[in-house]
Amino acid sequence: MQQPVTNDPKEHKGSLPPIIPDIEQWPIYKLSTKRYEFIQDIINSTNAQLLKSFPTTEALLDELARTVYQERIRLTEKAWKADPEDEKEYWDELKKRLVRISGITGDPKRQEEEAKEMLNSMISHYTNEIIGNFDPSIYEFASRALPFGFSRLLRSNLGIKFKEKLSQQFSTHNRFIYEGDLETIRELAKSHTVIIVPTHITNLDSMVIGWAIHEMGLPAFIYGAGLNLFGIRILAYFIERLGAYKVDRRKKHPIYLETLKEYSTQALHDGVHSLFFPGGTRSRSGEIEKRLKLGLLGTAVDAQYLNYVKAEKEGNPESAKKIIVVPVTISYHFVLEAPGLIDEHLKATGKEQYLVENDRFSTSFKMLSFIWKFFTKSSKIYLSYAPCMDLFGNQVTPDGKSIDKRGEEIDIKNYFLSGGELKEDQQRNGEYVKLLGDVIVKKFHDYNVVFSSHMVSYVAFAMLKKRFRRHDLYDILRLPKEDRVIPYADFSAAVERVRDRIYELEKEGKIITPRHFHENGLDDLIQHGLDNVGLYHNASTLMRNKDGDITSEDLKLLLFYHNRLEGYQLAQYV
Amino acid sequence: MSDLKTVGVIGAGSFGTALANLIAENYDVLVYARRVEAIDNINIKRENANQPMHERVRATGDIKEVCETCTLMFPTIPSAYFREVLLQMVPYLRPDHILIHGTKGFHINVSEEEKEEDIKELGRDSIYTMSELIRRETNVIRVGCISGPNLASELSQHKPAGAVIASHFDEVIRLGRNALKSHRFQVYGSKDLTGVELAGSLKNIIALASGSISALELGENARALLITKSLGEVIRIGRVLGGDVKTFLGLAGIGDIIATSSSTSSRNFSVGYRMAKGETLQQILDTSDEVAEGINTVEIIKLLADHYRVRVPIISTIYYTLFKGVPASEGLRQLMKYPFDVDVDFID
Repeated sequence: MQQPVTNDPKEHKGSLPPIIPDIEQWPIYKLSTKRYEFIQDIINSTNAQLLKSFPTTEALLDELARTVYQERIRLTEKAWKADPEDEKEYWDELKKRLVRISGITGDPKRQEEEAKEMLNSMISHYTNEIIGNFDPSIYEFASRALPFGFSRLLRSNLGIKFKEKLSQQFSTHNRFIYEGDLETIRELAKSHTVIIVPTHITNLDSMVIGWAIHEMGLPAFIYGAGLNLFGIRILAYFIERLGAYKVDRRKKHPIYLETLKEYSTQALHDGVHSLFFPGGTRSRSGEIEKRLKLGLLGTAVDAQYLNYVKAEKEGNPESAKKIIVVPVTISYHFVLEAPGLIDEHLKATGKEQYLVENDRFSTSFKMLSFIWKFFTKSSKIYLSYAPCMDLFGNQVTPDGKSIDKRGEEIDIKNYFLSGGELKEDQQRNGEYVKLLGDVIVKKFHDYNVVFSSHMVSYVAFAMLKKRFRRHDLYDILRLPKEDRVIPYADFSAAVERVRDRIYELEKEGKIITPRHFHENGLDDLIQHGLDNVGLYHNASTLMRNKDGDITSEDLKLLLFYHNRLEGYQLAQYV
Repeated sequence: MSDLKTVGVIGAGSFGTALANLIAENYDVLVYARRVEAIDNINIKRENANQPMHERVRATGDIKEVCETCTLMFPTIPSAYFREVLLQMVPYLRPDHILIHGTKGFHINVSEEEKEEDIKELGRDSIYTMSELIRRETNVIRVGCISGPNLASELSQHKPAGAVIASHFDEVIRLGRNALKSHRFQVYGSKDLTGVELAGSLKNIIALASGSISALELGENARALLITKSLGEVIRIGRVLGGDVKTFLGLAGIGDIIATSSSTSSRNFSVGYRMAKGETLQQILDTSDEVAEGINTVEIIKLLADHYRVRVPIISTIYYTLFKGVPASEGLRQLMKYPFDVDVDFID
């Protein structure tokens, strides 16, 4: 069920006031002031976890050897600009050390100690690499400088809007439109820990959501940024000081992954708000995420457990901070990288091949020109916030109470109890994370704001699929021009059926339609979609030809925008 | 505060009673029963459903007491009443409760209006297994299911047996096993919760068919033919509904089929038997005191198979015999003419 509108729809000029005006009171700042202690916490807990996984000296030495081997391969085969210059020496040195430790025979105690020491040194190396370096003065500088740049780019006075309502007039110059109960998020962020989990389709998402967090008046969030971005010095300087920590997707071994997870767990446990893209990477196909990467979400469950343990130890079980999850679906009419994304998707389909994370923004210029194009060319962007929930999908009220599906208050500490006592159970937490992933996927869909451009693309491509039902997808993508034409009358009839179905889905709380759906009659709505779909691509994604019929110059792009409405079982209405 | 010294059993039918006696070898047991008669049988007469009660078993009609005393409970309510009882439990159920059910049937999720109309087909979304129903209606997440060849009459005579407990949670399997295991009872674990629930429910159909074979005195060759072929149908539909083939080859599938397909103490077997002897469904229902889950399951599976276009000639035949008045002998004659070709087509 959708959250009823709790706020009067009103428009704020500029950002909402910060919920905590003094940066020195922000959780992220407090954490940065006890950096050394924090690093030690991460190292200790990572050590403890890994020694559970590799309980014997032999198993530990094997794992150390595997890691050293993989790291040395990475340095020769997948070196990045962002890698520190002395990395090679570091790993060469570790290799020598490993040989020496393996050679210790006859003194198992010493061998064990030295192996553990080496593990400790590796964890410490990774922790220092991962951890960010929040700097309030840079944050203040950026938050003053950026609005200036942004508002120039957007040619507008940035406005923020609460839940859009039909009755509400709304100024067209706003580029960002917020749907959802922002007040509750703001309220909860004061005394609990918020995790924002958005959909991910373009590299600009992090900038959009980062900006939105600032506009909402929330303190800075930590977020994982690809290590490759740190190759651009100026960018690295800023993002590291704005709350980013480094994530290196080339490193897939347990020692690194466990360190990364412990970093996230400890930061959340310390009350620092966090931003994850749970899809992992951008959606190649254009679809809303169906499957999530659960690793980082798992750290939220672990942190929630730790919060209860801590509160109990302190003799004040009621004081445990709650981890609040806020799924956000971001909708665009136009995704700049769509051609590249859909290509990668089609290449990978059916082969499950590993997509190499490419180093697309290796220069500042490329990055800036991308941002420039994005903000100058892009039309409206919707950020649709699902209601705040706990890790078990129960809705959370502004005062931090979890409400179950029957509307009763529920104590979520109970999820961690066994026989009446708090008990750590990694397997159980793992199952909770899977369920949380399912809930987030559902919220992404339920709170998706469907655009006219998505709907016309969906209908057009689905009609072609239906017409050529014996062809496989790749044949359809290669259809000759004359076979791509859809008579307008058929098209508009199908759009009408799909639109009506979307209205039904909206009543069931399974999707959201924006204002432009209701302002336009059928033909105008179709035209609105055609005018906006992938507007700035070189080829026209969907258009009317000289006879007024519907056709596409680029079926791959059409597929990409069509995919946004996959998962709603709309095909039968086409 | 609830503790693990006392384990709850919800329902005092023959399986619930047998389960209570098994658990009593490890823990105190508190049985919830709706009927005063059953409560008196357990607490005073010390014999219920033709089974003498273990001294550690006590019964109550107070569902709240059971929920507050026990974190681990075994609901053994027939599927037709499962939701009703569950709703009574809802106010007292918390996320730290563990429910391991022993119900071999489905819940149909259709509105009252739809029920009035003639339902032609059912999709997966319209049926819930009992664990799905629990998850949907309550705050309990740690759910599991117990299934396998467990004829209550034999369990009550202390004959050896085994079962499988399925859950996504290791903890549920572990606690369930601790509650049940003994020198005469083995407990296996499985992560394929849906598969175990499906296997347990679907095997009732095979028991029905097998009962008819006995009634018609068609011999053991015919029984083997029918059981094996209907197992193929059950696996095909079970896969569509989300079960793992392997599960059907274990205790909850073949194990249970072997026990129920040749036992006159199986309710479903008896229904098939009487049906083939010419009794109508109504006559059978009017004279049974316990529910044969297979009857509902046949109807549900027929509708699901139609929806997913799964070929299930034997299940269809049973359906027509039970609900459409086709004589069992005629149904079987039709089946012998059916153009089967490949023997095993459910394993790649």
